[in-house]
Amino acid sequence: MTMLAPIAPSLSRRGFLTAGAALGGGLLMGFRIDVAQAAVPSALPSALPPGVPPVPNGYSINPNAFVAIAPDGKVTFQIPQEEMGQGVYTSLSQLIADDLDVALDRVTPVPAPPVEALYGSPGSGRMGTGGSRSVRSFYTVLRVVGASARAMLVQAAADRWQVDPKTLRTDNGEVIDDANGGRRLSYGELAQAASALPVPTDVVLKADKDLKLIGKPVHRLDTPAKVNGTAQYGIDVRLPGLRIATLAASPVVGGKVAHVDDGEFKKLPGLQLVVLDDIVAVVGPHFWAAKTGLDALDITWDGGPDGKIDSPQLWQALRETSAKPGALGTNKGDTTKAEGDRLDVAYELPFLSHAPMEPQNFTVHVKDGGCEMWGGSQVQAAAWNAAAKVLGIKPEKVVFHNYMLGGGFGRRLDVDMVTKAVRIAQKVDGPVKVVWTREEDITQDVYRPAYRNVMSATLKDGKVTGWSHRIAAGSVAVRMSGKPLDGGLDRGALEGATENNYGVPNFHVEFIEAKPRAINVGYWRGVAPNNNVFASESLMDELALKAGQDPVAFRLAHLSSTPRLKAAVERVAKEANWGSPLPSRVGRGICAQFAFGTFIATIAEAEVDTSGHVRVRRMTSVIDAGRVVNPDGMLAQVQGGLIFGLTAALYGEITIKDGRVEQRNFNDYRMMRINEAPSIDVYMIENTEAPGGIGEPGVTAAAPSLVNAIAAATGVRLRRLPIDRDKLAERKTASL
Amino acid sequence: MPTLRINGQSHLIDAPDDMPLLWALRDMVGLTGTKFGCGIAQCGACTVHLDGKAVRSCLLPIGSIGNQAITTIEAIGDTATGAKVQKAWLDIEVVQCGYCQSGQIMAATALLNATPKPDDNDIDAAMAGNICRCGTYVRIRQAIKNAAVSA
Repeated sequence: MTMLAPIAPSLSRRGFLTAGAALGGGLLMGFRIDVAQAAVPSALPSALPPGVPPVPNGYSINPNAFVAIAPDGKVTFQIPQEEMGQGVYTSLSQLIADDLDVALDRVTPVPAPPVEALYGSPGSGRMGTGGSRSVRSFYTVLRVVGASARAMLVQAAADRWQVDPKTLRTDNGEVIDDANGGRRLSYGELAQAASALPVPTDVVLKADKDLKLIGKPVHRLDTPAKVNGTAQYGIDVRLPGLRIATLAASPVVGGKVAHVDDGEFKKLPGLQLVVLDDIVAVVGPHFWAAKTGLDALDITWDGGPDGKIDSPQLWQALRETSAKPGALGTNKGDTTKAEGDRLDVAYELPFLSHAPMEPQNFTVHVKDGGCEMWGGSQVQAAAWNAAAKVLGIKPEKVVFHNYMLGGGFGRRLDVDMVTKAVRIAQKVDGPVKVVWTREEDITQDVYRPAYRNVMSATLKDGKVTGWSHRIAAGSVAVRMSGKPLDGGLDRGALEGATENNYGVPNFHVEFIEAKPRAINVGYWRGVAPNNNVFASESLMDELALKAGQDPVAFRLAHLSSTPRLKAAVERVAKEANWGSPLPSRVGRGICAQFAFGTFIATIAEAEVDTSGHVRVRRMTSVIDAGRVVNPDGMLAQVQGGLIFGLTAALYGEITIKDGRVEQRNFNDYRMMRINEAPSIDVYMIENTEAPGGIGEPGVTAAAPSLVNAIAAATGVRLRRLPIDRDKLAERKTASL
Repeated sequence: MPTLRINGQSHLIDAPDDMPLLWALRDMVGLTGTKFGCGIAQCGACTVHLDGKAVRSCLLPIGSIGNQAITTIEAIGDTATGAKVQKAWLDIEVVQCGYCQSGQIMAATALLNATPKPDDNDIDAAMAGNICRCGTYVRIRQAIKNAAVSA
C-alpha cells in the first residue's frame, strides 16, 4: 500500500492545483477547489436514517474537497481529522467509502490541508482533533460526501449511456446498467465527466441493511506502514541541507535567558548557537551534535516572579479557592433543603504531562518572504496561522506539510512547538528540524490541570436526595484564549459532572477558576470527565457504603432515568462476575459513566499487597457508543484508554520546585509497562443511536473503578491521585 | 569514524565514536524507522538488533559496535521471524499511533528467536522495557503468542 506520504498542497486563494500533481497527475475529480467556491455546493439530504445526526443548518458540503478518483480507479480521500493512533484515517474513510461504494483497498487517506472553510468541523467551523469528536462531528458529513460523489458518477454514466440514472446501480467502484446487458463503467472512466456536474442538492444515504463497511471490523489503512519502518512522522522529515536543532526553553514560565557561557561550546566544530529571549538552541549536522553542544553550554536563567513557586503553595492556593462559591453550572431543586444524612468530601487530582512517544518537534524553512514547515499537529489551521503570525506574514505564504502524530493526547492541540521552531528557524539559513529532548518535552508541557472537586451529598432511605459539586481548577480555555471566562464559568469543565445520570432530585454543580502560578494548563486526553467522573463515581461508592448497599445495586437503583447506562452496568456486572468470592486484599470496583456522548460501565479488579503495592488484575468494560464505525477500532481505543487512565491513577504526578517541573523523563514520570498491564475485556452494546466518542471514555473510567476496587480490597478510601501506597500498607489498614 | 554493517550494507559514519547508534541510523544513514523516545534506554522505541539481540540504540556508542551485524525495523521483515511478527501485528491490529511499534516488533522478534514458545513471564521479561503510551499491551501479548504458534 502506498500511502501516508504527506501531500503538499501549495495553498493559495486559487486552490490546490499542486495537490493533484502530488497525487500522480490523476486529478480528475476532487481537490481542484477554489476556496471561494467552498460555500456554494450544498448536498444535504432531506431524510436521514435513525440515529444519523443532522448536519447543522448553514453547513455546506462539497464532495470535491474530499474525494479524488484517478483514471485507474484509485481513490484518495482528504481527511480533515488528524491520525494520531485513534484510527481516524480508517473510520472516516469507511464513512466516505461505504456510501461511495468502493472497497477500502482502493482508498488512500491523506491529510487535508489547513483550510477551515472546506474542512472545519460542522460544530465549530474549526479544524481540530480532540474531545473524542471526529466521528461524532463528521459521521453524516462524510457519508453525504460519499453519497454525493456516487450520485455524480451515476449521473455521468447515465449521460454517457443516455438512460435514466434511476435504472443504474453501483458496485465497488463501477456503475452497472442491468437493463442493458449489465454493461459497466468504472469510476475512473467517469470521474472527469462527473467532476463537471453540479453537486446534488438532495442525496439518499444507504439504508443500514445495505452498509458494507460502516459497523464492520475492518483492517486499518495506516498500520501496514507502521510495522515496517516506512511510516513517516514529523520527526522523520529528511530534506536536502537539513540541519537539526535542539533547545532549552526557560524552565520557569515567563522566565528569561540571563547569561550563556559558551566557553566549552566554542571548542565544538560545526555548530550554531541561537539565543532568544527565553530560548537557547543549538543547530548542528545531526541531533547528537546539537545535543552535545547544548550540554556544553552553561545557561543561567532569570526565573522571574514564578521562580520560587513550589507545589505545596499551588495546592494551598487551589484549596483556598475551592472553598469559595463558584459560577453556576447547573441546578435542579434545592440542595440546601435536601433531607437525609450528609456526606462532605473533596477529591484531588494532580497536574499531568502528556508524554506522547514522539517528542515535540517541527521542521521549518524560512525563505523568500514565506515559510515551509513539516510536522504533526492536532490543529492544522491554528498551526499554520501561528507560524504566519510569528513571521508577520499572511498564512498563504506558509506551506504546511502535515504528518501523522506519534501520539497526541491533547499535547498537539497547542502550537507552542510550532512557534518555538519558527522563531529558531528565523535565525537559521536553510531548513532546520527542531527536536525536543524527552526532558524538554516533559518539562515544557502544557499540563493537565490539578483539580479539587468539593462534594456534598445527602442520603435518605437508601436514596441520594441531594448532590452538590464544586469544580475548582485552572481553565484551559482561559489559558489558550487569553480571555477571561464569561460569568466565571468554563463550560468545558462541566462535562461528566452535570448530566445527573442518577436522577438526584436536588442537584447543583458549580465551577470556580483557580489559575495556578508557574504552570500552563492544557487539554489532556479525557479532559473534564477525568476529574468529574472520578469525583462523582467515588462519591457514589462512598454513599453506597454509607447506605450499607452493594455499589452495583445502589447505582442500579438510581439509574431508572438513564436506561442505556443501566443496561451497561447490568451487563458489566455479569461479565466481570460481580459478587463472586475473591481472595483477601483483592477487590472489585465499578464506574458508571456518560461522557463524550458514550455510555460505559467498567469494573476494575485489583489486588493490594501488604506493602501497599497495587496490582490491577483485570478490567472489564461494557460500552454503548451508539452507531459504531469500526468495532475493532473501538475496542482498541477502550483497551488503550483504560491503560492510559490506569497509568495516571497509579503513577502520574507533575510537581513544581522553584518554579520548575521536577519530573524529566520516563524514569521519574512513570508509564505503565506490559508486565503491569491487566487483562482487559471490552463488550459492546450495539444499536442505532447517534454515534458517541470512543477515544476518551476508557481513560476517564479507569481511575474511579480502580480506587473503588482498592476501597473494596482494603477498606481505605483514596480521595487523591496518584494512589499513595503508604496509605494502603497493611500496618495502616489493620488499624482501621 | 567507524564503519557499521547495517541491514547487510556497510556504512562509513563520519561522526565521533561516542555518538549513539540511533543518531547514525536516523540522521546520517536515513533509516528513520528506528525512533527516538527518551534517550536514556527507558522506553525501547530505539530498539535494534545487534547480531540478533535486542539493544537500545540511543545509548549504544557507534565506536563499540565493531563488525556486529545491525538490523533495523526496515529489514526485520526479511527474516522469517520478523515477517511473522509483523503479520501477527497486522492480523489483530496491534498498532495505534505506531511510534513505539518499531521497537516493540524488534523486541518481540528477538524474544521469539531466543524463546520460540514464550509464556507470559517470558513476554513480560522481554517486553517490559518497551513503553507504549497508547496502551496496546493486551494486543502485543496476544500477537506474540499468535506469532509463536504460526508456521
